[in-house]
Amino acid sequence: MATNVIMPQMGESIAEGTVTKWLKKVGDNVERDEPLFEISTDKVDAEIPSPAAGVLTKILVGENQTVAVNVIVAEIDGQGSAVAAGEPEPSPQQAGSAPPTPPAPSSPPVSGGIPTPAPVPAPDGDARPTSQSAGPGLQPAAASAEGASADESVAATDGGNGHKIRSSPLVRRIAKENQVDLRSVKGTGLGGRISKKDILAYVAAGPFTPPAPVPPQVTTQPVPVPSQPWPQRMPASQSAAQAEPLQTPSPAAWAGQTQVVPMTPMRKQIAEHMILSRRTSAHVTTVFEVEMTRVHETRAQNAAEFERRNGQKLTFTPFFVRAAVEAIKQYPIFNASVDGDNVIYKRDLNIGIAVALETGLIVPVVKHADEKNFLGVARTVTDLAERARSKRLNFDEVQGGTFTITNPGVFGSLFGTPIINQPQVAILGVGVIEKRAVVRNDAIAIRPMAYLALSFDHRVIDGAMADQFMVRVKTVLENWSEAVL
Amino acid sequence: MAVLTHLEAIRQGIWEEMERDPSVFLIGEDIGVYGGAFKVTQGMLEKFGADRVIDTPISESAIVGAAVGAALMGMRPVVEMQFMDFIACGFDQIVNMAAKIHYRWGPAVPIVIRGPSGAGVHGGPYHSQSNEMWFVHTPGLKVVVPATAYDAKGLIKASIRDNNPVIFYEHKFLYRRIKDEIPADDYIVPLGKARVAREGTDISVITYGAMVWTALDAAEELEKEGISLEVIDLRSLLPYDEDAVLESVRKCSKVILLHEDTRIGGFAGELAAVIAERAFDDLDGPIVRVTAPDTPVPFSPPLEEYFLPNAKKVADAARKLAAY
Repeated sequence: MATNVIMPQMGESIAEGTVTKWLKKVGDNVERDEPLFEISTDKVDAEIPSPAAGVLTKILVGENQTVAVNVIVAEIDGQGSAVAAGEPEPSPQQAGSAPPTPPAPSSPPVSGGIPTPAPVPAPDGDARPTSQSAGPGLQPAAASAEGASADESVAATDGGNGHKIRSSPLVRRIAKENQVDLRSVKGTGLGGRISKKDILAYVAAGPFTPPAPVPPQVTTQPVPVPSQPWPQRMPASQSAAQAEPLQTPSPAAWAGQTQVVPMTPMRKQIAEHMILSRRTSAHVTTVFEVEMTRVHETRAQNAAEFERRNGQKLTFTPFFVRAAVEAIKQYPIFNASVDGDNVIYKRDLNIGIAVALETGLIVPVVKHADEKNFLGVARTVTDLAERARSKRLNFDEVQGGTFTITNPGVFGSLFGTPIINQPQVAILGVGVIEKRAVVRNDAIAIRPMAYLALSFDHRVIDGAMADQFMVRVKTVLENWSEAVL
Repeated sequence: MAVLTHLEAIRQGIWEEMERDPSVFLIGEDIGVYGGAFKVTQGMLEKFGADRVIDTPISESAIVGAAVGAALMGMRPVVEMQFMDFIACGFDQIVNMAAKIHYRWGPAVPIVIRGPSGAGVHGGPYHSQSNEMWFVHTPGLKVVVPATAYDAKGLIKASIRDNNPVIFYEHKFLYRRIKDEIPADDYIVPLGKARVAREGTDISVITYGAMVWTALDAAEELEKEGISLEVIDLRSLLPYDEDAVLESVRKCSKVILLHEDTRIGGFAGELAAVIAERAFDDLDGPIVRVTAPDTPVPFSPPLEEYFLPNAKKVADAARKLAAY
């Protein structure tokens, strides 16, 4: 009995979605809820679980095809009848790469004649890949920023300036698996073909190639400040947040050449948002130094119990969230937005927490943070961070933030000058928490300290107000009392 | 362990089966008194007697027909074709009787028809053919083509024990030219399974019979140029080891199909189709065939040399394919 897999609706206003990657192929067994395919929509990219257990018998919508919500994209047969292994998976292979012309055998008939492909014109700047080999990340530069659309697949065939990259389906598959744009690969095969050797060599050597397939990206619209995983850096203390290094290109192994690497959709969105934010808000950053002794002690006292009860480590995040909440309550302008000549004060206090992923970042939102006590905030933050890392966030959980907290300190930055997450008006960046020598009662003391940097929109917040806000944050943190909080 | 030639290994295999199973007997032209045109059955008449080593008139049709009849009565005849080229005279008995009796009315026909095939000895058109495809195309038969002495013994024993009619090709060029260490024990090599004759990474050469050696020679040559050939020895053509073929193709992504048989209707066509059907997405280059051309086998030695695939032709094809 067949189950239809449909294009889900990821949000009320979303009418269509693009399949970016099939995680299973026709003939594969799939469990219920097992990730089946990835989609990209206007608002969010997501991994879609299988609605049923069985064998994936048909794929009706191929990668990089866009269909309306509720369109059937695949079929699963629950009776476990496996498709014959040889059946090719229907995918929108483009006719772009013309088959090699038939040979005129030049040698005696005993030898096999190897077809010689027609000579390939020299590539030019507008060259496009011939098929959807590049996968979700790699759109031709001319494409819309919103993500793959059905027009992509058509465009590739009537193709740019007609340049076609010769390569076999095998090579295209390897390229896709490694997020490589074949335009960047030099082909040493006949007629400029990219051979298996070429693509494998490129993958092995190319420093800008991500080492692993891109995990599904769940981003907000707009995209927040790039930031690092949530706090740790107290000496000898552990933190729940991942301390994985960000993906940065390693020093070029191939000095002297340039490589053209198109941006992934997430990267493009981040790039656009950063510029947009800078142009929109009048960014000013004010920095305060906060003594973290009380927070540190409180955390240490409660860490074991929290971990026992919740299975996750207690981080510093909930402390900063609570402090921010207290300050916002006192200075509601920090929970507002600018709309033309109006200031929109939002009622809900939703604090976004920036979490770094392997290839990007995501900002899950603690909704109604003002209605939660410390424990509630801690649990929510822990849950969101864990599900952010395992890509199980819901669309709603990355929406609706009114204030953002980020953590440049995880890699040791003293403080940053974060970019505001539009349409908010402020963002709080927490620097590294480390022991420093400070003056207390005219004597030198060693205390755990942190710089907190607040970037705010000077269109609606003046320096004095920003500083008062930060004084409140500082006061809350330095006088942390469980009884109150 | 003795070192035996291809021919001696086959003899030993038949001998052992004759000893093991009294229902096995031999029938063919000149196999008894003369010991066989190539001496495969030398000594067997003396050992096993005229009841079990039967010299016949020159009539392949009668020979095969008698064997089929004996098989239906519970014997396990091993028929020798003096040259596999003559098998055409017994064609009807093979394809219409032997191949179809089990399907049509039940009893098994456990005969083996064995004989020398192949070219390279200036035998001319009637003593040099590779006609295996006539029988690969006949459902109900099995077709076996060993390439090594070790496999020849193991496969002849397995064929004699098989309850189906088996056509067993022995390449005359290999009879005395190749040797192997042959265990004296009762080992068999299963029908229907290929063997990796040489592991490689760049191009898979799928072949059988004497051409396995040709491929190995080419591989040695190409190793020096940095091209790594994998050589798959099919050993059986019907049934054949499709999985082994596909596995090798998937690994190397480029394939050369090599046989001494002529091109059209040769086994390479079947393999090319299966590879294209089931491993299309694993290919990084066109499927290439290296075969004899579509003519009878020439007698003239230079023409025969021109006709036959050889290591140079395989290497040339491999170089082109590697550069594709």
